[in-house]
Amino acid sequence: MARDTGIGARVKRVEDQRFITGKGRYTADLNRPGQAHAAFVRSPHAHAKVGSIDKASAMEVPGVLAVFTGEDLAADEVGALPCGWAITSKDGSPMVAPGHPCLAQGKVRYVGDPVAVVIGETLSAARGGAEALEVEYEELPAVVDLDAAQSSDAPLVHDEAARNTAFEWELGDKAATEEAFAKARHVTRIDLVNNRLVPNAMEPRAAVGEYDSGTDGFTLYTTSQNPHVARLVMSAFLNIAPEHKLRVIAPDVGGGFGSKIYVYPEETVCVWASSKVDRPVKWTCDRAEAFLSDAHGRDHLTHAELALDEQGKILGLRIKTKANVGGYLNLFASSVPTYLYATLLSGQYDIPAIYAEVDAVYTNTTPVDAYRGAGRPEATFVVERLIEVAARETGMDPAEFRRRNFVTSFPHQTPVIMMYDAGDYAASLDKALELIDYSGFAQRKSQAAREGKLRGIGFSTYIEACGIAPSQAVGSLGAGVGLWESAEVRVNPVGTVEVLTGSHSHGQGHETTFAQLVADRLGIPMTNVAIVHGDTDKVQFGMGTYGSRSGAVGMSAISVALDRVVAKAKKVAAHLLEASEGDIEFKDGQFTVSGTDRSIDWTSVALNAYTAHGFPSADLEPGLKEGAFYDPTNFTFPAGCHICELEIDADTGHTRIVNWVAVDDFGEIINPMIVEGQVHGGIAQGVGQALLEHTVYDESGQLVSGSFMDYTMPRADDLPSFSLDFTVTRCPSNPLGIKGCGEAGAIAAPAAVINAITDAVGHEDVAMPATAEAVWQAIRKSPAREAAE
Amino acid sequence: MTSVSMTVNGKPASGEVEPRTLLVDFLREHLRLTGTHVGCDTSQCGACVVHVDGTAVKSCTTLALQCEGADVLTIEGLAQGDQLHPMQEAFREHHALQCGFCTPGMIMSAIDIINRHGGVPDETTIRHELEGNLCRCTGYHNIVKAVIAGGEAMAPGRAAAE
Ligand code: FES
Ligand code: FES
Repeated sequence: MARDTGIGARVKRVEDQRFITGKGRYTADLNRPGQAHAAFVRSPHAHAKVGSIDKASAMEVPGVLAVFTGEDLAADEVGALPCGWAITSKDGSPMVAPGHPCLAQGKVRYVGDPVAVVIGETLSAARGGAEALEVEYEELPAVVDLDAAQSSDAPLVHDEAARNTAFEWELGDKAATEEAFAKARHVTRIDLVNNRLVPNAMEPRAAVGEYDSGTDGFTLYTTSQNPHVARLVMSAFLNIAPEHKLRVIAPDVGGGFGSKIYVYPEETVCVWASSKVDRPVKWTCDRAEAFLSDAHGRDHLTHAELALDEQGKILGLRIKTKANVGGYLNLFASSVPTYLYATLLSGQYDIPAIYAEVDAVYTNTTPVDAYRGAGRPEATFVVERLIEVAARETGMDPAEFRRRNFVTSFPHQTPVIMMYDAGDYAASLDKALELIDYSGFAQRKSQAAREGKLRGIGFSTYIEACGIAPSQAVGSLGAGVGLWESAEVRVNPVGTVEVLTGSHSHGQGHETTFAQLVADRLGIPMTNVAIVHGDTDKVQFGMGTYGSRSGAVGMSAISVALDRVVAKAKKVAAHLLEASEGDIEFKDGQFTVSGTDRSIDWTSVALNAYTAHGFPSADLEPGLKEGAFYDPTNFTFPAGCHICELEIDADTGHTRIVNWVAVDDFGEIINPMIVEGQVHGGIAQGVGQALLEHTVYDESGQLVSGSFMDYTMPRADDLPSFSLDFTVTRCPSNPLGIKGCGEAGAIAAPAAVINAITDAVGHEDVAMPATAEAVWQAIRKSPAREAAE
Repeated sequence: MTSVSMTVNGKPASGEVEPRTLLVDFLREHLRLTGTHVGCDTSQCGACVVHVDGTAVKSCTTLALQCEGADVLTIEGLAQGDQLHPMQEAFREHHALQCGFCTPGMIMSAIDIINRHGGVPDETTIRHELEGNLCRCTGYHNIVKAVIAGGEAMAPGRAAAE
């Protein structure tokens, strides 16, 4: 029965019905009776002292109900937003991470930093009030440029952070790496910019906070990837309400990509303010606000070096990275350029010695945190650019150079914490080479040249660490939480099943894939399975969805809970069949006494579990419901090979991707259709970073590219159709063999694109985003052209 | 306040609006048709696309009053009872949506593309014509496939005369 919907089947998505008919329910679609509206007053300055705020100026606007400032939050002891991962500097000192007040306390540190909130009867009243609110600022010099921020004369973003440095961290063996470089035959050196990105999920953030004075309880409807973490932070750190008095609901959420992991000032203020005005308070972010206030991604400056021996074997790798964290160290921001970055610097390669130094640096810009891939795209960009350049410098074929240095036996301990458990990197490379017809490339390149086009090919053989993460491991590295996942499987008396999961779906299709797993295991139709998520009153606890963890960790939790349900159901079946429990076999929804034709079906067992007639009460409880908290034993290591082939119009610098091949190893795949969709979307974001997306601040700290008119999002005609394939090595670290697929495209793509463009123009000096203008400039600099001119 | 009347999804709809009320707000807040979304404030994303008198418009850039007497079709009005529009069906069939936020506008634009071309244009044209609709999730690969399939189902056998 379950065959065509089982594991591995391309099942059409359950959730699509509501989305294609306009019946999705996103936070902004909700209106609560009696609701008021919030509008935020934001700092127009990158750095300023906040003087007096004249509340009366806003209160005079008709329809304004209330104005709140940082003082009001302080009076209620509402805490500041914390950074949840403690990093220790190489000198042993703790990171310097002052909290981010939800509304400014005396100072603002980036354009858009919230200063006050105005609550109005209507949205236009609230906005009118926000417009009218008079706030005195004393402007301070701002530090915007990452490279200059650590100099001794730079203005300080936080007085307590000397040289604007949150931490100076290191990983790896410095002495061993120096030794490797000392005996190198060749050293490749590059400097890289990993450009700052604005996540831009298509659904802007939104919140409705509601206080019930009858129960003294709060409800927050919000655009969150992890409602339980939001509740935890609001309870434990922000003092909004204890967890049992705070319900957080994340209904349909329109994309996240990391930006909806965090607890933000606006959502917090809405729920707090609802008790102050005793009305539900709604806020919907507009896109201009989103550009200023959603946590940004990436923004690294890196110097990287690779040491090679005479055979082209890698001896060592070292990097020095400055990571821009913006005005505050956001919730996960400290982990992104450290444990999610430097631990991946071994790539797919056997590198004996690695040493990484990372400085986290404050600037007067929007905070930077995890964005699709979070640290791993930055690591892959460093490694894959280094590898490509090293191959070119030593005259080796880039595919061959990679193959020569691949890790080939598993488990493999890298010098930077990670223990790769399974993979076959040559297999994905070979398949990709075949799919792109690598041997025919030279001919295609000369054909293109005849048409006045520069053709290039670029590789990215990436690795990532997903399924975050073993709680013990992340705890020892400074994480403030454990990264397990929970599941509860409730069987109803009629045999239908509800699965409560701590994962959250905001595009990933969990209502489909999770139901596939359940249907497959229990031998029931998928239509008899409901996946429940995103409500802290229904699901006891969960860590949410990010870091490609919902398959590997979230589904593993469901798998364990299903094992327990089946074990209990077997007991019930044994009782009903008057057999011993050990003799019961369960297959395709049927319980059978082994070696006999005596059997009973799933539905009867479920019903009898609830009627419980004649149960021997000492050893058989009524009911059929089991839960699990699954804690992974290791990270998972998806890996693969992406190859980008592109053509550049030499006259305009316009780049057109003509072919994209991706061969990924995600371990076992539940639904290939959904996995392919994840890869497509990831590649698009990676290509966006490489070619289009440019976050520009002027020297005073104003975000110049603060709208879709100025910040180029990838559009349909910027992208090709992609050729995808898979190789499979089962992940040994979880019961389902899943590695995770959500970030691979975004991780692999930037290096593949830039490797292809540098191949086409014939030199390495091309930075992201490689806009038409930048590429046109790069063509002017190409050695061949310079020689000709 | 001014009163405005139009036909929305085949039914008469009217309300009191301010002269500056946008069509999207009239649909979402007055008629509670929340399938039409708002994804930007610069008329770039296309999450708000509806049809007015048979043509795709961005309802975030259209005043409700401009639609006095007009025939407005939103995502909620596409299906005939349980019978999905072929373009809706194609989006599901080809996994052309993930978070679903861009989807209503994307589907309304897709139908408009097919209508205007009198059939299914080539992939390059489709990609070009989807420029006014942003999707952050799908990378457009499956959206393009769905537009082609949905277009073929709308007008079987008819490639657009280019
Ligand atoms: S809401 Fe973005 S174009 Fe209308
Ligand atoms: S499906 Fe999420 S924006 Fe298109």
